[in-house]
Amino acid sequence: MALLELHDIVKSFQKDGKPVRVLDNVTVSVEEGKCLGLVGQSGCGKSTLARIASRLTEADGGKILFDGSDITELKGNGLRHVYDGLQMIFQQPESSFNPRRLLGWSISEPLRRHGVSEGDCRERTAQLLREVGLDTDYAERYPHEVSGGECQRAAIARALALNPKLLICDEITSALDVTIQREITALIRSLIEKGMTCIFITHDLALLNDVADSVAVMEKGKIVEAGSTVDITSHPKSSAARELLEAALFEEGFEG
Amino acid sequence: MGRYRGLFPYALAAGLIILLAVFAPYLAPMDPYAQDLSLALRPPDSVNLLGTDRYGRDVLSRVIVGSQITICSSLLLLVATTVFGSVVGALCGLRGGRLDTIVMRLSDVFLAFPEMVFAIAAASVIGGGIAGAAMALILISWPKYARLARGLVLTIRSMPYLEAARMSGSSDREILFDHVLGNIAGPILVTAALNLGTIIMELAGLSFLGLGAMPPAAEWGAMMSNGRSMIQTAPWVILAPGMAIFVSVAVFNMLGDKLRDVFDPK
Repeated sequence: MALLELHDIVKSFQKDGKPVRVLDNVTVSVEEGKCLGLVGQSGCGKSTLARIASRLTEADGGKILFDGSDITELKGNGLRHVYDGLQMIFQQPESSFNPRRLLGWSISEPLRRHGVSEGDCRERTAQLLREVGLDTDYAERYPHEVSGGECQRAAIARALALNPKLLICDEITSALDVTIQREITALIRSLIEKGMTCIFITHDLALLNDVADSVAVMEKGKIVEAGSTVDITSHPKSSAARELLEAALFEEGFEG
Repeated sequence: MGRYRGLFPYALAAGLIILLAVFAPYLAPMDPYAQDLSLALRPPDSVNLLGTDRYGRDVLSRVIVGSQITICSSLLLLVATTVFGSVVGALCGLRGGRLDTIVMRLSDVFLAFPEMVFAIAAASVIGGGIAGAAMALILISWPKYARLARGLVLTIRSMPYLEAARMSGSSDREILFDHVLGNIAGPILVTAALNLGTIIMELAGLSFLGLGAMPPAAEWGAMMSNGRSMIQTAPWVILAPGMAIFVSVAVFNMLGDKLRDVFDPK
């Protein structure tokens, strides 16, 4: 059963006073307990699609179904309730934390907003930090006092605070070095193996081998190819997928 | 710590002025309202250190007690204006839409008039007294804080930490108080500190024109107004409150400058 379904999503932005269509009737879905890799070159509309799926950006047209309910027009408390089950992790780990707040404060924010007591928040924050491979004393650090990889782990901890059903990871490894990228994707994979559903957005097709069950390739605001990760990384049909695969192989060649 | 060093003397001076204003009634050597026409217009001497006015009242005591009306009113005014303007501006920046359009066009109207001319007009309409003058000054001062706060919010509105807070279940009010205000407070505090001197002058100015504190209140602007006809025969009557305004405005302006250096070391 599909946990998230996006039907005929349309979105345009204004550029020099003229509308530019960035998403053109995109339909995609992700099955419960699976990971969908969304891949494409910069500017193809993957992040916009992720923001529309998480209702941070309004679509111009189309329908969003989450856990069987239409959330396209939800606002206020209804939308807050959706966020109990749907969380997003952002590309720049440091800027996804309030610079004036300790990491522990930010990680426990979803819990506090749901009326969890201060003591339970502390306990759960420590547990979340351990789950993502950080020491509990990271709760007492500011975002600028930790590395990018550690900050991204803390962001994952915050996203997990409410035990969501769906994680949307928007290029969460692109600001990190290769070793840390592998660690973060391994962490996401371990969450999926425990039953988490995930949309993993990247421009690195090779990275999806480690994490995604299926892949949708985007180009110029459209899904141009979709299928299992194995099929797309071994026999890409579209030119967009082939180019991404060549780029990934080229980079891997350099990394040895 | 180095950049805080230059702040200390001005913070100390400003603190002393505020303490003087708060404890003025206990610090004044004489009753500032006690009249004795036999002592009228006495020049400064060992008994009346800054002389007496036309009713024989001790000018030093009136300047000290006057600090309470001028400084405390200006501080309260500043806090009210800063908080109101900043919260309104931050909400406009966060929410956007119709609220933003209406409030910003309204602020354009207020900002289109020269400040003091608008304050005089507003104080005349609202009515005399220090409360009327304060209301007039709030009316002309809030838009600059609203504009500043809105601009600062727009720079951080698209930061992922605000979106993460929204996805954490935070309401607009929680985002405003827990995430936005703390991150835009620095420039607003500097503007407020720089504006305190202006507010002191404007409040004293309105009283000088008869639109603020009323006689016999010991308020610096009103004291200068009372003494202006005697500037050649008894200059101490106008010089004492004038110097008090000058020193206070200078101290608060320099404190604002130093605060700006601390918050924006570039």
